[in-house]
Amino acid sequence: MKINTNPFGILKSLPALFLAAAMMVAGTSAQAEDIKVGFVYVGPVGDHGWTYRHDQGRLAVEKELGVATTFVESVAEGADSERVIRNLATTGHGLIFTTSFGYMNPTLKVAEQFPDVKFEHATGYKRADNLSTYSARFYEGRTVLGTIAGHMSKTGVVGYIASFPIPEVVRGINAFILAMRKVNPDAVVKVVWVNSWYDPGKEGDAAKALIDQGADIITQHTDSPAPLQVAEQRGVYAFGQASDMSAFAPTAQLTAIINDWNPYYVSRVKALMEGTWESQDVWSGIKTGMVEFAPYGDAVPAEARAAADAVREGIVNGTLHSFDGPINNQAGEQVIGEGETLDDGVLLGMDWYVEGVQGELGGQ
Amino acid sequence: MFVSLVKRPERSQWMVYLSPVIALAMTLVSGIILFQLMGVESGKALYAFFVEPITHKYGWAELGVKATPLILIGVALSVGFRANVWNIGAEGQLTLGAICGGGVALFFYGVDSVFVLPLMMVGGILGGMMWAAIPAFLRTRFNANEILTSLMLTYVATLLLSVLVHGPWRDPDGFNFPESRIFSDSATLPVIWAGTRLHLGWIITIAVVAAVWVLMSKTIVGFQVKVVGQAPLAGRHAGFSVNRVIWFSLLLGGAMAGLAGLFEVSGPIGQLLPVISPGYGFTAIIVAFVGRLHPVGVFFAGLLLALSYLGGESAQITMNLPLAVTGVFQGMLLFFLLACDVLIAYQFRLNMTRGAKYG
Amino acid sequence: MADILIAAILTIITAATPLVYAALGEMITEKSGVLNLGVEGMILVGAVAGFATIHSTGSAALAIFAGLAAGALLASVFALLVLGFQATQVATGLALTIFGIGVSALVGQDLVGIAYDGLPKISIPLLSSIPVIGPLLFQHDILVYGSFALVFLVAWFLKNTRPGLVLRAVGNSHDAAHAIGYPVIRIRYMAILFGGAMAGLAGAYLSLAYSPLWIENMSAGRGWIALALVVFATWRPWRVFFGAYLFGGITIFQLHAQAFGVGVPAQIMSMLPYLATIVVLVIISRDINKIKLNAPMCIGKPFHPTA
Repeated sequence: MKINTNPFGILKSLPALFLAAAMMVAGTSAQAEDIKVGFVYVGPVGDHGWTYRHDQGRLAVEKELGVATTFVESVAEGADSERVIRNLATTGHGLIFTTSFGYMNPTLKVAEQFPDVKFEHATGYKRADNLSTYSARFYEGRTVLGTIAGHMSKTGVVGYIASFPIPEVVRGINAFILAMRKVNPDAVVKVVWVNSWYDPGKEGDAAKALIDQGADIITQHTDSPAPLQVAEQRGVYAFGQASDMSAFAPTAQLTAIINDWNPYYVSRVKALMEGTWESQDVWSGIKTGMVEFAPYGDAVPAEARAAADAVREGIVNGTLHSFDGPINNQAGEQVIGEGETLDDGVLLGMDWYVEGVQGELGGQ
Repeated sequence: MFVSLVKRPERSQWMVYLSPVIALAMTLVSGIILFQLMGVESGKALYAFFVEPITHKYGWAELGVKATPLILIGVALSVGFRANVWNIGAEGQLTLGAICGGGVALFFYGVDSVFVLPLMMVGGILGGMMWAAIPAFLRTRFNANEILTSLMLTYVATLLLSVLVHGPWRDPDGFNFPESRIFSDSATLPVIWAGTRLHLGWIITIAVVAAVWVLMSKTIVGFQVKVVGQAPLAGRHAGFSVNRVIWFSLLLGGAMAGLAGLFEVSGPIGQLLPVISPGYGFTAIIVAFVGRLHPVGVFFAGLLLALSYLGGESAQITMNLPLAVTGVFQGMLLFFLLACDVLIAYQFRLNMTRGAKYG
Repeated sequence: MADILIAAILTIITAATPLVYAALGEMITEKSGVLNLGVEGMILVGAVAGFATIHSTGSAALAIFAGLAAGALLASVFALLVLGFQATQVATGLALTIFGIGVSALVGQDLVGIAYDGLPKISIPLLSSIPVIGPLLFQHDILVYGSFALVFLVAWFLKNTRPGLVLRAVGNSHDAAHAIGYPVIRIRYMAILFGGAMAGLAGAYLSLAYSPLWIENMSAGRGWIALALVVFATWRPWRVFFGAYLFGGITIFQLHAQAFGVGVPAQIMSMLPYLATIVVLVIISRDINKIKLNAPMCIGKPFHPTA
């Protein structure tokens, strides 16, 4: 079942509409030729993960709006990023997307120097009149995955391969186990931090360690498909990350969270062309199509599909939130009760585990 | 007909200056071929690489910003390499400098005093020295090879910074994101060229280059380093302590790497991040050798390498060339630079017959 | 519990195998008196060549050979520069890494996102059905068996063969070796090519067996670890093997410890392999004479025949 409540989703299922829109733009103005859009990436385009998905969004902008784009890849989050962003601003780029948290302060600095250029920073919290922020509620996707895992895990143990202990990742772990425990109250998630966004070898080794310790479903917040390959070999299940990774695990992949920046990028560039671009703070999820899913794998039983679809629908309708109470922390103390929901402020800075997560969250 | 290398009777002074020029010419020629093969307009690409980054004031300043850590570390490492001390862990020492110097900045957060910045520099230098002292101690006391220890400590340093920035040193108002507070103005390096990011560190770097030059060419310490490196036995006979040279080389490298790390966090970055350097500690090794381990050579090598990084960015922006091309092109540039140095001590000779033993 | 142990050891074997190849290759190069810091770059071109070949031909044998050949080809650039043009070994090696990362990314642009099942496992009849030992030793892919064989071969070559002796002689004193009439340059050429070929095999193992896919920079620093292991091993083949398994073992151990729920921050746990390597090196380095026995004296020094 496909939920078509979002405008972007409809557009995507009707490519003809896009074509029409693109033609309209081309017909009404010569702007497409005047506008250049810049992208700053933290990894290489070929990482098949975070940066790859942003680049897909860039390509969608080129294709659907006929706008010239520029990208600079593997830009270190230290001193280099400010120069790269500034150089994009001085070379005629009217809108610049900086796609990693570490670019927040450099983007703000450059935005102050170039009031006529528009900036969009991913996953940050500092804004200005010409600086928007945007991010995806990937944790909503984790809630769907957790629901499926609750139905499918026999051991009740899920292995979670995590990158760095930042709120984004912690939020995902918590959303996952909260949803899973709604189905299977005894479920636990074991977390292994690999201290890397992508190191296929180590991610795969972490998956093996987790499977060896009883996990029969693997999920990850790192970029490479290596854990799915391990799951496929070992005969356990797994969820894809950022892209549909079913090519790497045709039987093991139950579904995947897909980071879909395409509709957002297209809409923002269009807004710029039409002169309607305004600074905003976007944190959207399944509803707007920023968080998408790969088709369910054959192994997912009807019951789990129905439950997952219901969760998706609930999130889209607003009847369900990933962090609805009651929620206990790792020690078993109640944080919020029935009928309450954690607010965005708490979610944004989340640095504690909920009940059911095994292991210590370092550095606290 | 064969080409053979023949040693010159004495080093060619001409070639000392001419060989980099030859190397650059060869890089340009092969660059043209490379870009033609890729279907890229080679003239435009070469312009983007070598000229465009410095067509404006900001670009010149950025050249200095980018070259500062490379030259500072490269010049200090070159001293150690002359003594055959293989400190390849400058990256870790840089990180410790950033941690210790940055730690001072966070400790004195909000304190408006002229003493904060000098104290941070001391912290950065001591941090780097402390990290370099471990390989020095293990080498002189336990004979453990510094290549391994200094490299392994680099990984440890990165993880240590990660612990701190993800945990206790997070910005209290930063929603638990892994970044420290932005340093106070008193903890930020003054900009020496208005409208750019060129900071005080550049001046200090030039001073360090000069100081190392004097050290190596005019003082007994420099002489000891060279002797121990070239002829350890002779050094021992002359009463030079090998251990002391090891300590000196590693501590100097660590101090300057630490200072470079501090310059990064209190200059262009302005706060502590999970990763401070995109590999300056390793690139500085190349800089040291491309500069032939001579302070002035290192200075120019650092500028050239910095330019090639800026050029890589500008080639991506104006030519849409992927970063991979920059890597290939940089590699070629370095190959030619390193290969052409052979012309200083050797000359090529055409042999009409296969007479030469190694023709 | 026994099952977990066996499974963990199997994981260690796959983690250690690329290190064994790359480090043994580099050790031979260093034994000849040449230090090649370009291991990371050679691993990456080996990985991309192997994966490109399996993708286009489907032949595992060809893919393995392609990885080997690509590593050797890149090493030949290094050999030409340091032997032919007397370029500084340390800097040339580092430049080789920059070049190799770039070349592999360029070649691999269209290979991202493509899947491969991985090299087939070869079970040795009878032996593989022995409990415990069977799964540990006799149910691997060809490259794992190859890595076992390689240690024996390298150890035997260095100790018991004449070319092995000559190789060591060249590394210990190129002038003396030259005076006796050994072709120093040619021997070093071969040693460098061998090192490159083995790094290429390490890369092929990464992209064909360890995690059968291609992603830019997928070696993630293993070339540097391999370099450190040669030093760690004080240029002895069995110690290289031991070092690779020690390093791989502690890496896997810390992942297991995390999964088990040990209350130590993950970053501290991740420091373990590096710290342990230092500690063990310190312990085994104390006998300076033993190290001198194995360390190539001429390492890093250029050679030009003057006669």
